[in-house]
Amino acid sequence: MDSTMMYSLFTLGGVAGVFAMILYFAAKRFHVEEDPRVAEVEAMLPGINCGACGFPGCTGLAEALVAAAEKKDISELYCPPGGADTMGTVAEYFGLTAPTSAATVAVLRCNGSYANSPRRAEYDGPSSCAVAHKLGTSGSACTYSCLSEGDCVAACNFEALYMDPATGLPVVIDENCTSCGACVTACPRDLFEIRRLGKGKKPRRVWIACRNRDRGAVARKNCSVACIGCGKCVRTCDTIVKAISMKDNLAYIDPDICIACGKCVPECPTGAILATFPIKAKQEDSGEPVSTGTENTH
Amino acid sequence: MSKTFPMGGIHPPDTKISAAAAITPLAIPAEVVIPLGQHIGAPAEPIVKAGDKVKAGQLIAETAGFISANIHSSVSGTVKKIDDVADPCGYPKKAVYITVEGDEWAEGIDRSPTLKKEITLDRDAIVEKIKAGGIVGMGGASFPTNVKYMIPEGKTADTLVINGVECEPYLTADHRLMLEHADEMLVGVEILRIALGVEKAVIGIEENKPDAIKLLTERSAEYPGITVESLHMQYPQGAEKQLIKACTGREVPSGKLPIEVGCAVNNVGTAYAVYQMVQKNQPLVERVVTVTGKQVSNPSNFLVRVGTSYAACIEAAGGLPEDTGKVISGGPMMGMAIADLSIPVAKGTSGILMLPKAESVRPEVENCIRCGACVSVCPMGLEPYLLEKFARADKWDQAEQRASMDCMECGCCSYICPSGRPLLDYIRIAKGEINNRRRARASQ
Repeated sequence: MDSTMMYSLFTLGGVAGVFAMILYFAAKRFHVEEDPRVAEVEAMLPGINCGACGFPGCTGLAEALVAAAEKKDISELYCPPGGADTMGTVAEYFGLTAPTSAATVAVLRCNGSYANSPRRAEYDGPSSCAVAHKLGTSGSACTYSCLSEGDCVAACNFEALYMDPATGLPVVIDENCTSCGACVTACPRDLFEIRRLGKGKKPRRVWIACRNRDRGAVARKNCSVACIGCGKCVRTCDTIVKAISMKDNLAYIDPDICIACGKCVPECPTGAILATFPIKAKQEDSGEPVSTGTENTH
Repeated sequence: MSKTFPMGGIHPPDTKISAAAAITPLAIPAEVVIPLGQHIGAPAEPIVKAGDKVKAGQLIAETAGFISANIHSSVSGTVKKIDDVADPCGYPKKAVYITVEGDEWAEGIDRSPTLKKEITLDRDAIVEKIKAGGIVGMGGASFPTNVKYMIPEGKTADTLVINGVECEPYLTADHRLMLEHADEMLVGVEILRIALGVEKAVIGIEENKPDAIKLLTERSAEYPGITVESLHMQYPQGAEKQLIKACTGREVPSGKLPIEVGCAVNNVGTAYAVYQMVQKNQPLVERVVTVTGKQVSNPSNFLVRVGTSYAACIEAAGGLPEDTGKVISGGPMMGMAIADLSIPVAKGTSGILMLPKAESVRPEVENCIRCGACVSVCPMGLEPYLLEKFARADKWDQAEQRASMDCMECGCCSYICPSGRPLLDYIRIAKGEINNRRRARASQ
């Protein structure tokens, strides 16, 4: 072996040795004590970092879970996409009781389809709800309605949304929806809401499919199924559970109080209240269900 | 070669088809709808209620805040209601509906055409009068004029720049105004010059209006402070910062106002409105609106009372042509396509343009080919392709660092892009988001 080779071997070897020692001591000196449980809990979580739990990602929730488990109470934390199964596994790991939360789903609070809210202009700008909202030029005359450009569909990571070309509205596929809330954030008109999935095999839920706060006459002119703020549903519900409130010409059904009886649905003169189950028509004994627009929910 | 601004800009075909049409007063409609927010800043507070009798020129809504403007009735009649009306975007805004009865003007308003030259008021009185008259920038942005003349502590102005550029294609309202009301306008410039407390006023006019340049050069001979500057045609020369650069060679720093370099800029339309208010006591209740389009049978310049519907203007110009793809409020570059013709003309409505179907479709969006055309035409020296990318990726910090807020939305980038990319649309999104974030930071 010639001396050049030996020389480089020794120098590089020496340098490597010195750095190895520095790294060794640095690793000892700056060692971070990490709870091994965090990694194990994280492995149980879905690993999609959707942020629906309120933490930036699954690691954040795992850390919070471990910290909460120290205090023997993880009931404040919940992973919506993982649901009861995931939380059961996590609770079992800690030997605690699993936190429960009613299953939820994203719900579209607009029914301004092409048929219900005729488009008076053609929007030909970039295919983005954010841009359309900024310009104000959705085809529909309603300034609260769905812009039909599909920002929500683009934001959904779970294939739980698609645009229905016939109505121009997004459709939520309940089975796929994890209530992560990405669509809620993406919609510039705030049309999505995470609501309780509802009970039953075919979950029962009732909601106002409208966000229009215009006066009744104006709202009705722009959309045939707009909430006109007449208050009939409020009066109906006041005799049952008082789940419906009225603010700025717009009714709202509180999902935590609503028992999904469906009594308000036939009361609505414009049909702005949607339900996932067939509703018996008012004062009719034929038992024939009236159309409630449920086709928009599945 | 004549002067212009040095960086970027484009030269779209100017298509000034209504340039020869003299200003004709439009018939007063049966009802006017006067929006309360016709200016940048807080909407005015109404001081009338349903059933009140009003006269033309009477104050009906007062300023509500530092940046705001008075609103006067443009007609005489009875207030029908105060209700929502769609703005050009389609969003509802409060407005005063007035049923017209005759044409009676409020006391003290001189509607005679006699020219009144002597300026008797001093600086403060002029600014106060401009404020009282609800005068806003007539170039399109509708910034309250009196606010421009409240010079901040420690700043001094030395030049008044008057904008007679009208660089938007199609529009001829300012051109006609300069030709038909040159003397009044020059008195208006004198008033503004006094209000600003400067010796020098420059009127910048583009070369495509040689008759206006000639006329104003002649007439301004008797005003030693006023010079007329013939400018090379280049869009967007009518933008404040570009016009200052073209006329005085000074550059307004990023994020600063013209007063930083000792200038104030006003439109010729504003100068005329100032003349009307200060000399004749007539507040801003009517304006010249160009109603035009290649297939419009009678392209015109109308003197329109504020609150008249777009539909009435279009009807007077020969009706909506069969082959109309878009109706645009303003010029084709910066104007806005409207979805409802019943909306009212406001103080800032410079034109109503009807584009044929073939011209109104946006090109198919293709991928950026990195040709750099948008960068080369940007008059503010920005990188539109990059700002669009940041906006699409929600990278607001980077968008702010790359001076998105300097964009004045002239649309040169979108116009020139060979791939038809919606550059400006996304830069607007970024600007909105940056504004929200700044507000959030400030409130922290």
